[in-house]
Amino acid sequence: MSVIYLLIMISLVVALCFLGAFLWAIRSGQYEDDYGPSIRILFDDKQKKEDSTLQSNKQAN
Amino acid sequence: MKHCYHCGDECSNSQIKSEEKLFCCSGCKTVYELLADHAMSDYYSMEDTPGIRVNGSVDDSKFSHLNDPKIQAKYLQFNDGKTAKLSFFIPQIHCSSCIWLLENLQQLHSGVSHSHVLFSKRTLDLTFNPEELSLGQLVALLASIGYEPDLSENTNKRKRSSNKRLLLQIGVAGFAFGNIMLLSFPEYLGIDQSFQEFRAFFATISLVLAIPAFFFSGYDYLKQAYLGIRQRYINMDLPIAIGMVVLLVRSTYEIVSETGTGYLDSLAGLIFFLLLGKWFQRKSYDALSFERDYKSYFPIAVNRESNGKTEVVPIEDLNISDQIVLRNQELIPADGILLSDEALIDYSFVTGEADPIFKKKGEVIYAGGRLMGSTIQLTLSQKVDNSYLTQLWNDQAFTESKSSDLNSISNTVSKYFSIAIFIITLFTGVYWQFTDPSVTWHAITSVLIVACPCALALSLPFTLGNITRLHGHFGLYLKNAEILEKLALVDTLVFDKTGTITTRTGKNLVYHGESLSLPEINALASAVKHSLHPLSIAIKDHLASLQNEQLSSEFQEELGMGIYAHGEGFEVKLGKAIYLGKVSTKDKDAGSEAHVAINGVYKGYFSLQQEFRPGLQDLLQRLGTNYQMHLLSGDNDHQKSEFENNFSFESLNFNQSPKDKLEFIKELQNTGKTVLMLGDGLNDAGALKQSDVGLSIADQLHQFSPACSAILNAQSLDRLDQFLKSSKTGIRIVWASFALSFCYNVIGLYFATTGQLSPITAAILMPLSSISVVFFASFMSRKYARIRKTDNNQFSY
Repeated sequence: MSVIYLLIMISLVVALCFLGAFLWAIRSGQYEDDYGPSIRILFDDKQKKEDSTLQSNKQAN
Repeated sequence: MKHCYHCGDECSNSQIKSEEKLFCCSGCKTVYELLADHAMSDYYSMEDTPGIRVNGSVDDSKFSHLNDPKIQAKYLQFNDGKTAKLSFFIPQIHCSSCIWLLENLQQLHSGVSHSHVLFSKRTLDLTFNPEELSLGQLVALLASIGYEPDLSENTNKRKRSSNKRLLLQIGVAGFAFGNIMLLSFPEYLGIDQSFQEFRAFFATISLVLAIPAFFFSGYDYLKQAYLGIRQRYINMDLPIAIGMVVLLVRSTYEIVSETGTGYLDSLAGLIFFLLLGKWFQRKSYDALSFERDYKSYFPIAVNRESNGKTEVVPIEDLNISDQIVLRNQELIPADGILLSDEALIDYSFVTGEADPIFKKKGEVIYAGGRLMGSTIQLTLSQKVDNSYLTQLWNDQAFTESKSSDLNSISNTVSKYFSIAIFIITLFTGVYWQFTDPSVTWHAITSVLIVACPCALALSLPFTLGNITRLHGHFGLYLKNAEILEKLALVDTLVFDKTGTITTRTGKNLVYHGESLSLPEINALASAVKHSLHPLSIAIKDHLASLQNEQLSSEFQEELGMGIYAHGEGFEVKLGKAIYLGKVSTKDKDAGSEAHVAINGVYKGYFSLQQEFRPGLQDLLQRLGTNYQMHLLSGDNDHQKSEFENNFSFESLNFNQSPKDKLEFIKELQNTGKTVLMLGDGLNDAGALKQSDVGLSIADQLHQFSPACSAILNAQSLDRLDQFLKSSKTGIRIVWASFALSFCYNVIGLYFATTGQLSPITAAILMPLSSISVVFFASFMSRKYARIRKTDNNQFSY
């Protein structure tokens, strides 16, 4: 049964990792704006695409 | 009716077109063409008519003062000559198209290297190259596409409020709560024999987890309780803090002495639920400002003239006897003496007078007015802080902070609650001391643990938080949820007139007299188009649909009197009755009439009547039965009879100075009234501050509104009675949930006083009471504090 000491410690470490991830997410400002990212993902990267096709054309040439 | 492709406003004529698209004004068309030129028409593909109406063309020189290094330093967060960073507050940001456009600014100008929108705070973070694009040009660029940043001082000083800390606290408390519960599972299930050897280990880990939850997450409660004791009053945090401390001390004692595993799950749960309540209540409108004073209304810099040179100076550097130059539509920053011959100044926002005021050379001009018409020069007679207008802010009402929360519901309740708990604890202690001394310590601590008013403390934030959200949904934005308590107590309503119950812009132009023939209309329209007088502009708009021909004419304006224009085959004289050599039809010529004579023949006159906000009459009728109502106006009393006939105000007060308004509110309060003031302008600032609830009414939410406790969207004015009613219902719900949580306390106290409180009873009772109270409060406030939906106006904030 003494394996339970190890298991509890491992489970705590895993839990602490998640807590750390949550704290990091808060600190990096991910909860500051809950509207912007949902919109931004829908934007077409037209400009970038054109650039990349341009570049690939160049490479092909 | 056709709508503008850019901003969606109605187009009054169909002349302004570009590529088959119709626009309401040339400003909107310019924006469209600018975006089309830079292959940015995607702006219009995301939302219909996303644009913001741009009035007129943007003059680069308007922002040239921003190129002054001293002023720049106020805005730039970083600058090394090649790269500069700053963030602007742009209240106009409202949709996905806005985000798209602002984040693609580099397509419009290569000087911008990076831009990022923070939607919830309506801010734009920018990185740009100051060598390519100066700050002034950058702002002009933003203004030219309709996103002129709010450059006022307060907005930029304002710290970006953030609930980061609260979220961190919730995270830590939630982590501790979950893990301690997991470790307490063997206890919950009653596993005894096989578990014995791990008991101390589990309990120690729980203690280690509970300590950060107690000291970090629970810090605010401990601190508030301590501050409360120091100021000698009992607040809600005191019984909570006592409960927390007792929980921790007793659990530590049990664990160290190996007599038990303590109540650490209850402790972590308590802190977690309380913080959740706090988070729920803290619905804040980051993009709205409730704290603005005159400084954010004034410009940041003006043109000063010295030794024949004009330079840009920040307004706080202005001194007495400086000479300044002001252009059309600019604000007067400080009291001064007029050097130019004449000036027409609109004081409506500052004094409540509806009509612009005419000043002659040598007269004193007070700060706060907006110049209409041609450029003027002033010699300052006061510094900005000492102006007639800004002196209002030196009044007591602004300096003393209201210690209002002393009387709030939660503190009244917690006072009696705490006293009751102390008495019960005392009796329990005395009883067990005589019957069975070994149980005394156990019983006393149990009472203090159970009595911890967690459910009590949650009912208020959840009810108020819900109703605040509901109000926000319908156009009333409260500064914080506590305002609701006061809103429920209000028994007297005081209204401002200009801009509050009348609309700010919409004035009805009425023509009295002989009907005009088409050539006469053409002649009149051609005459007024040269004038900047508000009446001329109103007449021009009024005639725009009737006019069919533009005539060229010679034009003269005699300020304060009228205009004279003559062209081919016509001659128009328009102005005050005296200007046309007639006696005015009214005893008081309020300046809101323009008489017309064409080709020397008197035709009639135009008059401007202020328009009441829609639904006002019904609203006042509904309110009149329950509330005492007063009217306070800075305007003259030429509308007095209209008010007497149409509305049932207790008193009508005209010609009130800002100070008078403040005193009026104070007097009402001295007679024991709880006053709600409804106002809009700087002249109401004192009254708004003095009143119990200061409600500022705004046509556009982000435009300037004086410091207040709540901002009401002008379109929602007709719902005022419902807002008040729903607040009252909310407070009743709070009392009901108090009653519910008392029941739980009584059950808990039964276990505690009899010395039977086991960790598991506490662990069940505590979350059960909290969660059920939260459900009760949320359900009831959704069901009973509703606001009727009418037609279209719901607001997405």
